[in-house]
Amino acid sequence: MPRRGRRRAARAGQYLALLGYLVFLAFPLLWLLSTAFKPPTELATLHPTWLPERPTLDNFRRAFDEQPLLRAAGNSLLTAGCAAAVSVLIATPMAYVMARHRSALSRAATGWVVVSQAFPFVLVIIPLFLILKEFRLIDEPAGLVLVYVVWSLPFALWMLAGYVRAVPRELEEAAAVDGAGRLRTLVSVTAPLLAPGIVATALFTFITAWNEFFFALVLLKSPEKQTMPVVLTHFIGTEGVADLGPLAAAALLATLPSLVLFAFIQRRITGGLLAGAVKH
Amino acid sequence: MVLPALLPILLLSAGPLLYGIGLAFTDSQSGRTEPTEWIGLLNFRDLRHDTLFWESFRVGLVWAVGVTVPQFLLGLGLALLLSQDLRMRWLARTLAIVPWAMPEVVVGIMWRLVYHSDAGILNETLRDLRLGDGSDWLAGLSTALPAVIVVGVWAGLPQVTVALLAGLQNVPRELREAAAVDGAGAWRRFRTVTWPAIRPIALAISALSFIWNLNSFALVYVLTSGGPGGRTRLPMLFAYEEAFRYGQFGYAAAMGCVLVAVVSVLLAVYLVGRLRGADQ
Repeated sequence: MPRRGRRRAARAGQYLALLGYLVFLAFPLLWLLSTAFKPPTELATLHPTWLPERPTLDNFRRAFDEQPLLRAAGNSLLTAGCAAAVSVLIATPMAYVMARHRSALSRAATGWVVVSQAFPFVLVIIPLFLILKEFRLIDEPAGLVLVYVVWSLPFALWMLAGYVRAVPRELEEAAAVDGAGRLRTLVSVTAPLLAPGIVATALFTFITAWNEFFFALVLLKSPEKQTMPVVLTHFIGTEGVADLGPLAAAALLATLPSLVLFAFIQRRITGGLLAGAVKH
Repeated sequence: MVLPALLPILLLSAGPLLYGIGLAFTDSQSGRTEPTEWIGLLNFRDLRHDTLFWESFRVGLVWAVGVTVPQFLLGLGLALLLSQDLRMRWLARTLAIVPWAMPEVVVGIMWRLVYHSDAGILNETLRDLRLGDGSDWLAGLSTALPAVIVVGVWAGLPQVTVALLAGLQNVPRELREAAAVDGAGAWRRFRTVTWPAIRPIALAISALSFIWNLNSFALVYVLTSGGPGGRTRLPMLFAYEEAFRYGQFGYAAAMGCVLVAVVSVLLAVYLVGRLRGADQ
């Protein structure tokens, strides 16, 4: 009996801990959600309520009035989309070669991938800034895309190499025995099996670029070219004073695309990628 | 075959980094007309006497330790919790992806709303509990750094938890059950069975998250911009201002190099952890 009691107490403790985690995780999110739907009168009070008493969509309308959110979303879509496409286009053939020809060099390249994730980006952005200036690409979306490709390439390569390794070599060999040429094998055997991995990598690169702030802050100066995260910071005025409702509404909107896409690839990332990234 | 395939990545990602390190030994400035000159260790000598830099370095270390340690301990507890057969497990796992997918800028904005002196939920809760009456957490000299550290923990917790969860999948179930049958208590089981199995991953993820935290920028930039009075001015924020507000490229690159030196040591820890992990 005492043993069963102890086990029950342990269970209760576990549920309590889980509850604590859920509260810690959820309460800022709920607060953001609630603030986004509160009318100005409820935001100006010294005693805010957990939930909006008279929920309104007004903040969303005002957010669009105050800052060029649509244009910012368009800019983000363009740069993140291009960065994802270009990264995958460059990385896929490289990943294939790296995964199929294991040598000291490809191991060194894998090591480099880890190392490159760890360096402070101020050391990368200053030279890139000088190079882009040389080519007159400062304050140009193309310049930002270039930086995103450089930034995400090692990781995209890594992800893709993992997916290539998951395609059994035997399948390719069987196709070769059946008389298919090298290119034919790649196109009709390997590519279809690799497609989900390519999509996942592209989505991951897209999300990273969509969320990215530092490079966009440094490289894009004209307001009409800025991306979503940079425009969001304009809601917080220079004095740090913010119009809370529209700020919350805009922040919520900016999160939706990456949240939706992340939900799609979450299983792949949490299951394979992170384990692989840490263990390999 | 491998070399030509990997050449682009080396050029694209190693090139800018080496260029950046090289810049640390020059007097490179933005908008200067005369050519940049090689000045040897002069930047580093200036840096040695730059009390503001060392202050930001100290803040950076406090921040990185302050975020990484709770992140690891909470992450480990959560991973153990979420690997149990609990009822609300799916909810915790699903919610956990949200902070991960959110743009850092939005996380910063969200917590500004939570910390807001009048309209924030934190102060309202404290007022309800009669524990305080409206501190301005992010503006207080002594509260600002702890306040941003809490946000840092919140934002990075999912990654650490997921990595450790992946590690827990390596623990042989039979071994755990055998230990339980032998009458080993929870702590004994953890110490003799679970911990040895996840140790490499634990080491790797803590080294990596420390490095990421040391290099972080967007979150604190949005929360406090480094204020009040430099109390939250992380090294990256300092280097950003030096480079892109004052145009001191060479000097900022030297700051980056100091960070690289610190990161390299940790990277060695990470790589050793990975190699050990690969052995098992």
